[in-house]
Amino acid sequence: MSQFKDTGHLLRFAALFVIAFVMFLVIRHFVVPKTFGEYGHYRGAAIAEIAAKPVKFAGHEACETCHADILSTKTAGKHAHVNCEACHGPLAKHADDPSVTPPKLDTAVLCIRCHAASAAKPKDFPQVDADQHSGGVPCETCHQPHSPAISAGGAK
Amino acid sequence: MNVDRRHFLIMLPAAAIAWKYVLAGTPEESPNYTMTDHWWSMLIDIPKCIGCGNCVRACAAENDVPDGLFRTWVERYHVTDYDMVNPQVISPDGGKEGFPTVAEDAGKYFFVPKMCNHCADSPCTQVCPVGATFVAPDGVVLVDQTYCLGCAYCVQACPYGCRYIHPEKRVADKCTLCYHRITKGLTTACVENCPTGARQLADLKNPNDPIHAFLKTHHVQVLKPQMATGAKVFYNELDGSVR
Repeated sequence: MSQFKDTGHLLRFAALFVIAFVMFLVIRHFVVPKTFGEYGHYRGAAIAEIAAKPVKFAGHEACETCHADILSTKTAGKHAHVNCEACHGPLAKHADDPSVTPPKLDTAVLCIRCHAASAAKPKDFPQVDADQHSGGVPCETCHQPHSPAISAGGAK
Repeated sequence: MNVDRRHFLIMLPAAAIAWKYVLAGTPEESPNYTMTDHWWSMLIDIPKCIGCGNCVRACAAENDVPDGLFRTWVERYHVTDYDMVNPQVISPDGGKEGFPTVAEDAGKYFFVPKMCNHCADSPCTQVCPVGATFVAPDGVVLVDQTYCLGCAYCVQACPYGCRYIHPEKRVADKCTLCYHRITKGLTTACVENCPTGARQLADLKNPNDPIHAFLKTHHVQVLKPQMATGAKVFYNELDGSVR
């Protein structure tokens, strides 16, 4: 090492680099979230946080555990594949606690949402011009929403 | 998902075990859901869509989507004989309250529900400078809203226009494929509320999922295949005029 006379300032410089690198590691340890990089270049814990959100639509399976009578009416009719909350709205609160009463529904709005006649709709989908069809008589007078065929009778 | 009463009761104990993990905010650890067992996608059956807007309303209610912004929306296309390549497209308030009725039957009408395509090679996650948006191991594109800066690079990068900046949180927001529902064994809010079955949630890693038979036997496309995004929202009988 005798040919390198002025190594002192190089060592001091190297020490500075080492200190800076250790500081970088320490700061990085505190700044980067623990789960970052668990699955990829993102915070792994975010997945569980997003999944933990509460649901608002309970899902038809939840409805059917209590309302088996309506399920049997529905499966026999044309609305077999229309799920409960498609008309009744989000009712997870009611499913968790049956004392929470669901809001009353207005068939004048609900039926027309799907069944208003329009040339833009698929031809095989049942559609009516509400004014000509019933002249203002409410839909449920003749059609029971859970099984809408006339033969099934109106609302009870 | 079709589960009869008997099977639902059989599933209850498993659901009870999973529930404590869900409450603890770590559903990944619950025995019922393993991310790597799934690869989620969506099937949209164009001839079944009636443009009622139920999916848009359900999505807004489930996910608190701000008014005027959409995680899913419905477009109505009108293709006329004299101009096949330039359809007239309308989407009043995202189709939330349905569409104006049409009396005369000139040309061809159809509805196209749109949403995040949960691309396997998503442009939006590639441009994020901080790693706040990502493709989860089960194929769902998610946003870590506590990490997002709100720079909106991803909003510009998405070729489908599926992202927006949340007006109050000031961070990127988008369809999560109802991640909080599908990890609990439920279907998404839009699928649950579609009255005609025009939307179907599908798991490409589940060999028993009807999606596999459907993809083999139908004319199915994705949007903008030329962009090689690996889009996973499959459209049955999509018209060539849809961009």
